[in-house]
Amino acid sequence: MELVCALAIGVLVAAGTWLLLRPRTFEVIIGLSLLSYAVNLLIFATGRLVIDRPAIIGANAASGSGLYADPVPQSLVLTAIVISFATTALLLVVLLVLRGLTGTDHVDGQEFDT
Amino acid sequence: MSLVWVLLLPFLGSICAALLPSNARNIEAWLAGAVSVASAVLVATLYPQVTDSGVVRWSVPWIPHLGLAVHLRMDGYAWIFAALVTVIGALIVLYARYYMSPADPVPRFFAFLLAFMGAMLGIVLSGNLIQLVLFWELTSFTSFMLIAYWYHRDEARRGAAMALLITAFGGLCLLTAVLMLGRITGSYDLDTVLASGDQVRGHHWYPAVLILVLLGAFTKSSQFPFHFWLPHAMAAPTPVSAYLHSATMVKAGVFLLARLWPVLAGTDLWFGMVCGVGLASLLLGACAATFQRDMKGILAYSTISHLGLITLLLGMNSPLALVAAVFHMMNHATFKASLFMAAGIVDHESGTRDLARLGGLGRAMPITATLALVAAAAMAGVPLLNGFLSKEMFFAETIFAGEALPLRIGLPVVATLASAFSVAYSIRFVHRVFMGPRPVDLPRTPHDPPRWMLAPSALLVTACVLVGTLPAVTVGPFLQTAMQGILDGDVPAYSLSVWHGLTAALMMSVVALVGGGALYWLLYLRWDRALRPAPLAHRMDGKRNFEVIIIGLIRVADRLVRTLHSRRLQPQLAVLVAAVVAIVGMAAIRDVTLAGPRSTSPLNPAFAMLWAVGAACAIGAAINAKFHRLAALTMASGAGLVTCLTFAWFSAPDVALTQISVEIVTLVLLLLGLRWLPKRVEVVESARQTLRARARRARDFVIAAFAGTGMASLAYAMLTRPAKSTLAPFFLEHALPLGGGHNVVNVILVDFRGFDTLGEITVVGIVALTVYKLLRRFRPDPQSIPVSRPDPHDAEDSVLSAENDALPGGYMKVPAVLGRLLLPIAGMVSIFFLLRGHDAPGGGFVGGLVIATALIVQYMVNGTLWIESRIRVPPQYWIAAGLLCASAAGAGAWLASRNFLSNMTAHLRLPFTEVHLSSTLLFDFGVYFVVVGGTVLILIALAHQSLRSRRQQPPDEAVTRVWRSLMTKSGRPP
Repeated sequence: MELVCALAIGVLVAAGTWLLLRPRTFEVIIGLSLLSYAVNLLIFATGRLVIDRPAIIGANAASGSGLYADPVPQSLVLTAIVISFATTALLLVVLLVLRGLTGTDHVDGQEFDT
Repeated sequence: MSLVWVLLLPFLGSICAALLPSNARNIEAWLAGAVSVASAVLVATLYPQVTDSGVVRWSVPWIPHLGLAVHLRMDGYAWIFAALVTVIGALIVLYARYYMSPADPVPRFFAFLLAFMGAMLGIVLSGNLIQLVLFWELTSFTSFMLIAYWYHRDEARRGAAMALLITAFGGLCLLTAVLMLGRITGSYDLDTVLASGDQVRGHHWYPAVLILVLLGAFTKSSQFPFHFWLPHAMAAPTPVSAYLHSATMVKAGVFLLARLWPVLAGTDLWFGMVCGVGLASLLLGACAATFQRDMKGILAYSTISHLGLITLLLGMNSPLALVAAVFHMMNHATFKASLFMAAGIVDHESGTRDLARLGGLGRAMPITATLALVAAAAMAGVPLLNGFLSKEMFFAETIFAGEALPLRIGLPVVATLASAFSVAYSIRFVHRVFMGPRPVDLPRTPHDPPRWMLAPSALLVTACVLVGTLPAVTVGPFLQTAMQGILDGDVPAYSLSVWHGLTAALMMSVVALVGGGALYWLLYLRWDRALRPAPLAHRMDGKRNFEVIIIGLIRVADRLVRTLHSRRLQPQLAVLVAAVVAIVGMAAIRDVTLAGPRSTSPLNPAFAMLWAVGAACAIGAAINAKFHRLAALTMASGAGLVTCLTFAWFSAPDVALTQISVEIVTLVLLLLGLRWLPKRVEVVESARQTLRARARRARDFVIAAFAGTGMASLAYAMLTRPAKSTLAPFFLEHALPLGGGHNVVNVILVDFRGFDTLGEITVVGIVALTVYKLLRRFRPDPQSIPVSRPDPHDAEDSVLSAENDALPGGYMKVPAVLGRLLLPIAGMVSIFFLLRGHDAPGGGFVGGLVIATALIVQYMVNGTLWIESRIRVPPQYWIAAGLLCASAAGAGAWLASRNFLSNMTAHLRLPFTEVHLSSTLLFDFGVYFVVVGGTVLILIALAHQSLRSRRQQPPDEAVTRVWRSLMTKSGRPP
């Protein structure tokens, strides 16, 4: 499981990085969202992979730390998801406005390749 | 305690002076005068303490763990300088009152003059080397402001900038030297450093420290080869020149050399460098001064020369030479300040300082002429004046300076020659200005200035005469105290008297006086009438060299920027990512074991299949993002879904719920944005372009592959090592007892780390408002809008409903009905998630996103116009209400005198049921409202743009042009 998870993170990072380095704004946005999946998975994985032990304390259950998944990375990732939504929205709108102003969707606001 | 006031008064005065109105010339002068006189009086009252106890101290801790303290320390040497700075400062203020014109903005002048005085006192009184450097740089800064006082003049700005660049460069060298000294001696405290001379001289850093200190001192004291800034600083108002370039600013360099003399002097390296530079400055300055046309130019070069003399004396490694140096510092300050004042008076009364136009002013302004004559005679070293005494000591020292024959013969000869030049320019200064035929075309009719303008100069000249005739009585005790301060008891025996018998030094003085007279006569006859440029000095044009160096530096910097930097995003990102990958990779290579000791869990084939799909989606998105945006978006969402399932798989229901709701909202958002992007079709590229593009893609592919491999290895290495979380046990143990919730993740979000969440929802609110504002003035590209579009009000043409219809017509009717049915159900689900969040998966984020999704569905099926005419509470209010709720939940804790965002619970017994109320629920409501408001605001702002019609005006060419020029200026066009 650990290997699959690590490979998944690697593939997401590679695809995201590739897209991040592309010249078109849309590619960059998609790349950033792939990267944010990867980073969220990585942060989440710092709590290690635990199956069927969500950090929800039962009514009479003990509260030993071995019985539950680590809640700290989970709450960090939860925050990160919402923030990455907000930044994606902001980036999208900035890029749309840029496109309206410059007439191109190149990240530099100008075509360099033609 | 009065030591502190000596330092504080000028700065306080400076602040007061800056606040006065610009025409308050008299009040300003009174204020500045009072401050400097008060400081001088305080300094004077400290004299008995200095003679009794040797050193007066005052200190408070500054950065104790670094061993730094604000430490004021006044010994005899510091006292002499403090007295010079304050007394001459007071005289300068009086003089400036008459010199400055009513049109000049005097608050700026007096404010910076007082600040400068304070900074100078700070250098003199610092008992801590770091503190000394601080004040050192402050003098550079304030002198910059003073030299550039008439900033409308080009030469003032240039001169000030040059002075600042050079002295600040020296200041940085000095700072480095001080830090090194601190490392060598283990302390920045002046007393400690002064006591560890042997240690410093024996250290292998000594040459570096010495060179750096000398760079600092020589730049400040305008010594060769940094001498050229001083003549250009003459663009300052004359009171500034009189103060900065006689008694203070330039003296700071030699002050420091004498201050650190016990630590640094005594080696051959010191002798060679300090004497060499001093000698060069002495001769060069004297020679150049002889050929100046400007009165202040003569004085500037003569200052360089006299400071060279002092430097030479300091370099001789003999305590007697040190005495002569300190004595000459004092003498030079008095006669040079007075001469600068004379030059200022002539300029003020006749309108020019040009020697070619002046002449015969002695009859028009007899008092000024007499004062200038005496001061110039002191400068030339005429007997019975103070300059003679220190100069004779200097001559005597040159004879004994070295053992080697060239030194024993050469040094006295050069010293006599330089003095002859000094005599020549002193005669020239007086002769060309005050004697000879009356000038014809002066801008003003010259006459003696008001009495009080002459008073400062007269006082200084009196001091010259008194010291010159009765040295042992007038200056002897003070000089002795000063030497005690530097040498700490080992003061050599020296004699302060006018007549020492027929010594070699006297002979040298006589030769210099006669030779100087002859030299002037020769020059006057042969050269001065024609006013040709100076034979030697104009070749050594320091200003030109300086400018060439500066321009060269700027060119190199430009080239570096052009080679290394690009304003284009892609190269920047490529470098950034590649650098991160490389650095992390290099660090990781050392730790070669990839797999750690932790045992891995058995592989579930379903999970592997899941990620096979996820990886395929991610790669597919990467391939298709350029030409098939919708496909790429779908695939990216597929990867997102797999991520979401992974969260669910590994015991994170809250994260999975949030991820799936965010996924939906992001998808809708990007879909809404798609239509504003230009169509992209595959075009056939030329072979060259293809090659370039391929190279670039290959580079990016390598970077991406390395990044992916690196992250995968990092993740695997981490996952196969045991976790050492110290936080998790705390939260798991305390979530129920302290937070009152079973869902630990939610308790962390709304309670333990509530402040984070408050910040986060604020960010969401800000982003939503920013998006709204950005899109208010949105100008879509004309391409994105069809030329003829159906009128949205025309219900028959449109499948979407107009404002007043109950239901949309056409094929959207059924989806609209279903969509409306969805709304209350979605609302119920979202409230359910919100309320149960504390104990089971859910919470404000999830609930908010669910209802936001349902609202967006309404937009889709009913059309923008229909919805916008029915919105009762605009989303902005939701955001505001949410933030208020969350803040109120936090602030409520104050009522019970607890910390912000502490959890408050109340258990209410109502007639039929018991209600458990918690402030965290209110907080979660706040989160909910902000998420609903923020998400809906972003989405409808974007959706609203579909109503934009083709713009009437042509595209805003101006904006586009500006943007283009901005990019082409720095970016490299292909």
